[in-house]
Amino acid sequence: MGQETQVVGTGPHASTANDRITGRADSGLVDIRNLSIAFEHAFGPVEVVRDVSFRIGQGRAVALVGESGAGKSIISRAIMGLLPRGARITGGQILFTDPARPAATPVDLASLAPSGRAMRAIRGGRISMIFQEPMTSLSPFHTIGDQVGEALRLHRRVGRREAVEIVTETLRLCGLPDPRRIMRSYAFELSGGLRQRAMIAMALVCRPALLIADEPTTALDVSVQARILGLMRDLQRELDMALLLITHDLGVVANVADEVVVLFRGEVMESGATEDLFTAPRHPYLKALFGAVPHFDMKPGERLVPLREIERERPAGIARRPMRPARAAPLLEIRDLTKSFTIRKAGLRFSGRDRQVRAVDHVSFRILRRESVGLVGESGCGKTTLAKMILRAIRPDSGTMLFRGGPPPGPGRVDLTESEPGDLALARAIQMVFQDPFSSLNPRMTILDIVREPLVIHGLGERAEHIGKVREILRLVGLDTRMLNRYPHSLSGGQRQRVALARAIILEPKLLILDEPTSALDVSIQAQILNLLLDLKAELQLSYLFISHNLAVVDYVADRILVMAAGRIVEEAPREILFRNPVHCYTRALMAAVPYPDIARKLDFARLETLATGEPRRWPAPFAPAPDGGMTFIDLGEEHRVLVARGTRPEALAA
Amino acid sequence: MAGYVLRRILMMIPTLAVVSAIIFAIIELPPGDYLETYVAELESRGESVDEKEIAFLRQQYGFGEPVIERYLKWVGGMLRGDFGYSFEYRMPVADVVGDRLILTVAVSVATIALTWLIAFPIGIYSATHQYSWGDYGLTFLGLLGLATPNFLLALILLYFANVWFGTSIGGLMDPEYLGKPWSWGKIVSVLEHLWIPVIVVGTAGTASLARRLRANLLDELAKPYVETARAKGLPEGRLLLKYPLRSALNFFVADIGNLLPQVISGAELVAVVLSLPTTGPILISALQSQDMYLAGSFLMFLAVLTTVGVLVSDIALAFLDPRIRLEGGVRQ
Repeated sequence: MGQETQVVGTGPHASTANDRITGRADSGLVDIRNLSIAFEHAFGPVEVVRDVSFRIGQGRAVALVGESGAGKSIISRAIMGLLPRGARITGGQILFTDPARPAATPVDLASLAPSGRAMRAIRGGRISMIFQEPMTSLSPFHTIGDQVGEALRLHRRVGRREAVEIVTETLRLCGLPDPRRIMRSYAFELSGGLRQRAMIAMALVCRPALLIADEPTTALDVSVQARILGLMRDLQRELDMALLLITHDLGVVANVADEVVVLFRGEVMESGATEDLFTAPRHPYLKALFGAVPHFDMKPGERLVPLREIERERPAGIARRPMRPARAAPLLEIRDLTKSFTIRKAGLRFSGRDRQVRAVDHVSFRILRRESVGLVGESGCGKTTLAKMILRAIRPDSGTMLFRGGPPPGPGRVDLTESEPGDLALARAIQMVFQDPFSSLNPRMTILDIVREPLVIHGLGERAEHIGKVREILRLVGLDTRMLNRYPHSLSGGQRQRVALARAIILEPKLLILDEPTSALDVSIQAQILNLLLDLKAELQLSYLFISHNLAVVDYVADRILVMAAGRIVEEAPREILFRNPVHCYTRALMAAVPYPDIARKLDFARLETLATGEPRRWPAPFAPAPDGGMTFIDLGEEHRVLVARGTRPEALAA
Repeated sequence: MAGYVLRRILMMIPTLAVVSAIIFAIIELPPGDYLETYVAELESRGESVDEKEIAFLRQQYGFGEPVIERYLKWVGGMLRGDFGYSFEYRMPVADVVGDRLILTVAVSVATIALTWLIAFPIGIYSATHQYSWGDYGLTFLGLLGLATPNFLLALILLYFANVWFGTSIGGLMDPEYLGKPWSWGKIVSVLEHLWIPVIVVGTAGTASLARRLRANLLDELAKPYVETARAKGLPEGRLLLKYPLRSALNFFVADIGNLLPQVISGAELVAVVLSLPTTGPILISALQSQDMYLAGSFLMFLAVLTTVGVLVSDIALAFLDPRIRLEGGVRQ
């Protein structure tokens, strides 16, 4: 946190916000005035929120936008009186006017004792909050009914029967089918989308005046996200409730928020109506944020512009080669790959009802040399199982995986399904980068040891050589070589993901499997990593299998895209064709659920309800699984293939 | 749930059968048997050996028979409640152990109760006031308890109990009650003596238990569902009891299986120092003199305790944690 931000912060925005507010009776629901928050540190307080002012009007939806570390979560916690240990409000007010008692003088939430009775009555009763991770945010020990009911009983005197009624009603309002059953369920028995609905029900059961949603859809699949956003928007209108949405996703903002407050390093950069800011962003920071989001209208060769470019040097010997088109010889050729798991239905309540689930069902595709193949699908569709089989971490039940990229001494062509799991030569040629850079790096190893570990495992060279090699690789991914002896915890998410990338490419693999490599990162960091991936691919002649549920990201990185649902690939096409002309109902549904950072193209929530889900049985003909099981790929030309019932004519798909 | 419990109880049978075989094998391992040791001892004292008596005993207890037969005889006897004959005490094992078993259980249960009673508040306080003076102080005290040798603490407490309260040295009751039937006075006398071994055996356990509770609770307190509960407006105290403590409890329940035998064997050394009439000292001497039925019965007793403890903790866990009860599994 340097001095330069101080200069930016004392700009005109704070004062204009003040002018707007001072001396007015109608100051909105929550009126934040000159709020400053600092963390106690060994060497003095560090301000993380500086002189922030904005208002949330009754029934309005305000979005707090910014990167991680910008202070948006801290501000929301300050409103709730839930600041983490060590954080302290050092100045300013949070004035709350309860719409149920408009005559009363506003309460300054900043001055209330965080665990005192007055604050507790507001927290959860008049202002409530939902969190990012619906799994861990609900207790695994208590039923949904217990947890939702608790919120109600804390704030209202209700009898047992009345409480059950209100909870049932709220669960139904939040779109949960069969509320009675949900009440008796535990969080782990529900899917991610249902859990988040239960969380919302818990927050809304007391009918608060303000709902704070902290990244409410970041952990969800795109189609679930769209439904949750629609639900939140509907509920907000129906209950005349204000919404404070915290997010880094401008697409979400465009679809839900009336007003936007843009934060950067703890200060308000720009605020105003969503229409104004999205049509004419004034502040360079907001403009830069827009430039960092991948979208479907990008021209071929157009690059994302991250807020800060990674400064990297290409080591000698690796010239920046022009992007050569992928060569026709396939590097990996997968045919009829199938894998089933046996699922034990439940622990002790019902015994012995096992179920066979086909996680990957007769999947066939090819990855050419220097080609980047995108794999899109919702969680549970089998994409990670597929990746693990290619890595030979899981053995397929049947099918072949011909790999033509083994290192020179070995045979040129290997069937991965028949290779030994301990075959190091193959492990060298196929490497993986994982989703979460916080848990995929050993916190007890230095960056040097993490990056050189593959060399040690494969017995390549001595420590002294390793250091030189690691330096070279770190420069290649744009990391400072002074980081060698640091530990992962001192690195940011983007830096960590670059370390993970360095570890994967140090063995000079032919194929890199990237499993949601940017979904845990901010948009601007995501742009950095995506650009880096494109550069590395060109420089190191890599092939990618890029797995993601974010269609725009896949569109940016991949040459060819596979859409996967319920264990099968349902559509396959070069990227420009797939997004221009999606044929399969599931692909269309996925595309329709993408929130664009563009107010002219808002999500059509009503239409979303009618669109296909990841459940093939509900798909219309000819996409629904044929009763005789006869499904086949139909070729629409230009490598565009769609899975349909046998006997379907191409003309039938034109509509 | 009932099916699960039944399954678990049935699973105890093969477990105990295997354990009994191992125990028998271990007791058989040293060369010779009790009678040989006995004869050698008599001869070394220059006393005459009644060959007839030895031969009778040999035949009575089947010393000449094959190992398998003796094992089956032993196990079969135990199933009928006949734990065999202690050569050293020259009376049935059941009579030797009798009261001692009750006293052992009393000392152990009191110890566990004391350990939990002290460790829980300390652990909760340390976790909720992490890095405070209180946390450091309690940690220091706990480590002190952990580091003090049990026998030393036992001697010190014995001394002060005698000087301050006039409690008789050693034992679990005043000498006048020894061998007497249970009476109110005897129970009071036992309670007067009980606190010393309980404190001695408990101190070490308390410290480690409090530390583990602190660590578990700190993990739980950092979980998002705690913040969710706080966001509902739940007061801190109720929140702590309902959510994180509930979750940290899992670990303790899972530990019951280990706790019982651990406390009992930990108490043995102390029992020797305090000359307690519990089972510990007898087990040690029985092992030394190859008094096989006595030693074997003791070891079986520990094994049964362990398996019962594991069973109790598994059932309690399934009861406490819906994930164990309801969640399925995936198999390749």
